[in-house]
Amino acid sequence: MAVVSARGSSSAAAQASFFYRPEVRQAIYQIVTVVVIVLLFWILITNTAANLARQNIASGFGFIDRTAGFDVSQHLIPFDNSMTYGRAFLVGLLNTLLVAGLGIVLATVLGFIIGIARLSTNWLVARLATVYVEIVRNVPLLLQLFFWYFAVLKSLPPPRQSATLPAGGFLNVRGLYLPAPVPEAGFGIVMLALLAGVIASIAVYLVARRRQALTGQRLPVLWITLALVVLLPLGVYIVMGRPLGWDYPELKGFNFQGGMVLQPEFTALLLGLSIYTASFIAEIVRAGIMGVSKGQKEAARAMGLSNGQMLRLVVIPQAMRIIIPPLTSQFLNLTKNSSLAVAIGYPDLVSVWSGTVLNQTGQAVEVILVTMGVFLTLSLITSGFMNWFNKHMALVER
Amino acid sequence: MVAETASAPPVERPPRATLGPIAWMRDNLFSSWGNSILTILGIYIAYKAAAGVIEWGILSATFTGADGSACTREGAGACWPYVTAKFAQFMYGRYPEPERWRVDLVYILALAGLVPLMIPRVPGKFWNAVYVFAIFPVLAFFLLVGGVLGFPHVGTELWGGLLVTLVVASVGIAGSLPIGVLLALGRRSKMPVVRWVSIGFIEFVRGVPLITVLFMASVMLPLFLPPGMTFDKLLRALIGVALFSAAYMAEVIRGGLQAIPRGQFEAAEALGLSYPQRMGLIILPQALKLVIPGIVNTFIGLFKDTSLVLIIGLFDLLGIVQLNNADSKWFSPTTAMTGYVFAGFIFWLFCFFMSRYSQMIERRLATGHERGPGKA
Repeated sequence: MAVVSARGSSSAAAQASFFYRPEVRQAIYQIVTVVVIVLLFWILITNTAANLARQNIASGFGFIDRTAGFDVSQHLIPFDNSMTYGRAFLVGLLNTLLVAGLGIVLATVLGFIIGIARLSTNWLVARLATVYVEIVRNVPLLLQLFFWYFAVLKSLPPPRQSATLPAGGFLNVRGLYLPAPVPEAGFGIVMLALLAGVIASIAVYLVARRRQALTGQRLPVLWITLALVVLLPLGVYIVMGRPLGWDYPELKGFNFQGGMVLQPEFTALLLGLSIYTASFIAEIVRAGIMGVSKGQKEAARAMGLSNGQMLRLVVIPQAMRIIIPPLTSQFLNLTKNSSLAVAIGYPDLVSVWSGTVLNQTGQAVEVILVTMGVFLTLSLITSGFMNWFNKHMALVER
Repeated sequence: MVAETASAPPVERPPRATLGPIAWMRDNLFSSWGNSILTILGIYIAYKAAAGVIEWGILSATFTGADGSACTREGAGACWPYVTAKFAQFMYGRYPEPERWRVDLVYILALAGLVPLMIPRVPGKFWNAVYVFAIFPVLAFFLLVGGVLGFPHVGTELWGGLLVTLVVASVGIAGSLPIGVLLALGRRSKMPVVRWVSIGFIEFVRGVPLITVLFMASVMLPLFLPPGMTFDKLLRALIGVALFSAAYMAEVIRGGLQAIPRGQFEAAEALGLSYPQRMGLIILPQALKLVIPGIVNTFIGLFKDTSLVLIIGLFDLLGIVQLNNADSKWFSPTTAMTGYVFAGFIFWLFCFFMSRYSQMIERRLATGHERGPGKA
């Protein structure tokens, strides 16, 4: 901008051609850009409208209220083929959110473990973690999903020759069958006890922090929390007469009845996504911990902090600042990658909505725009939340 | 013994060994109780993994056979004859057999350009780059497609296997870099319209999965075009992949642009250079050099993402393996696993090589930086 004003004020500029003035040029460039983009969109829209009219494809979102007429193999909300396309959209969206949410949790836990293992002073552990990262990171996710689905889970034995797992579970080509918990009368009180335990331990944490700040004395927060969250509900559970039954899966005819089932599509997608993303998170965690300068650790030691305290109070808070922004984009990647479900038949948003619904209605424009809109919204929500979180964690500088 | 030592002056025990394998193991594997437990656990995992791989890949694997029945038995390992029988398909797809030398020639031409370009010591980088980015693509296009100089025409619907993977990846790389540079410059432009258009494109593309972009390229692109005008399916995928990775590339390059000190921009302006000169001669050479690792990482991501084209019905390496796994002639319990392990190994080789290369470049650039800007 300095140059612009300097040129504009010089006497030579007065004689310079009108078109050589920077602000005029900028205006012209921008007008050209706008015209080109508007023209492009206009051509696209008129072409699309003409093509749609020629192929007799309706436009608009009227189809949402029509009956879908297909079934979805996994649904979190009741769904059958007499319900609408709109309901099918909701079913797909919930399935996407389910696998993405669980995947994020699993990938984060696994990624942190492997990232820390890569920095271990134990040579063997560090090597094993490196081998994991280098293999998993360099093979396409889709191939890994195929591997888990077609090569591992789909080659399991049929229901009659199921592998028997401990505690009444079964594993076969139709999925992983586990006993389902059946809450009985009084189980609500156990859940209330758990809730009370969680609230009480938050209170204890706050009190302990205040006490330490005021007096320097520390409370054994970890043990108190454990007692409140584990022992209290367990005690109530036993006092109430163990009000939790189990519904065991049983082989009836050709298939299992009862219990709960993890379908192979879901299991493969969850496994693939978590294992793949964990290798990236591991690298981020490693970079974050290595990014904390050595002086910080030495200072912590000099102050007499124990190993655990040094990690918890000095290293991790600083490493988190480096870790959070790239971690956010990994969470987003995982959510977006969950759309690969379409390749192994897990009924996620892309599979149900951009697959079945698009094929049945033929309204490609609306369907794909809605799909993109959903992912954009998810991205914006996740990055918005993580930015807020990051702001809280960020270093407050003078 | 006891009586002797008691009467003799106390002898100090020799210091513990600090060198040698025993000391190394004590320091690195058994330094504490926890570490020892971890080591034993690690040995168990490593043993299980290695034993499993050797058992599956060599000891109980099948090496000869004419169809899947050779690999069908209790506890059978890898079905290697499946890979040898299908190897040509995995590499070329349905590319006509008598014309496959053309594909090989393209590979040789590509290597002849890329290898000297990637080794920093080899001189003549300018003409080398002209060959790789201007002459080679034209040669490769006419060799692969044919239809000129008496080469029979080979339609892209016959292409497949590693050929499609490499074509999609290299066109994606070659297309995404210039578009990415333009988008990155646009995002930092002072002109609000240009800036907002760039930001809109980048954030939109980065917010949606590649599948939806590919769906859009395959389902919606035909709707966008005037009636009667059609696009090759491979070309549609290429456009989708190139635009998709351009948005990621733009963000990497923007990082490089932001790292260039303001003084460089101002000095270039003070010299009276025009905008293209300032960017092309001063800013971009420095910015791109800074972000080479990031660019290579984007390339690796792009290379892995090429496998997604199978969802819109193109047969890349993974697609052709997936197709052949369903071949009833080669039906066996381990066919699918063998196919995926083979394809995975090829993908892994390329990606691992690229990441190692980027680390090498990173180290080279880092040393250059430490010696001070004068020597670079």
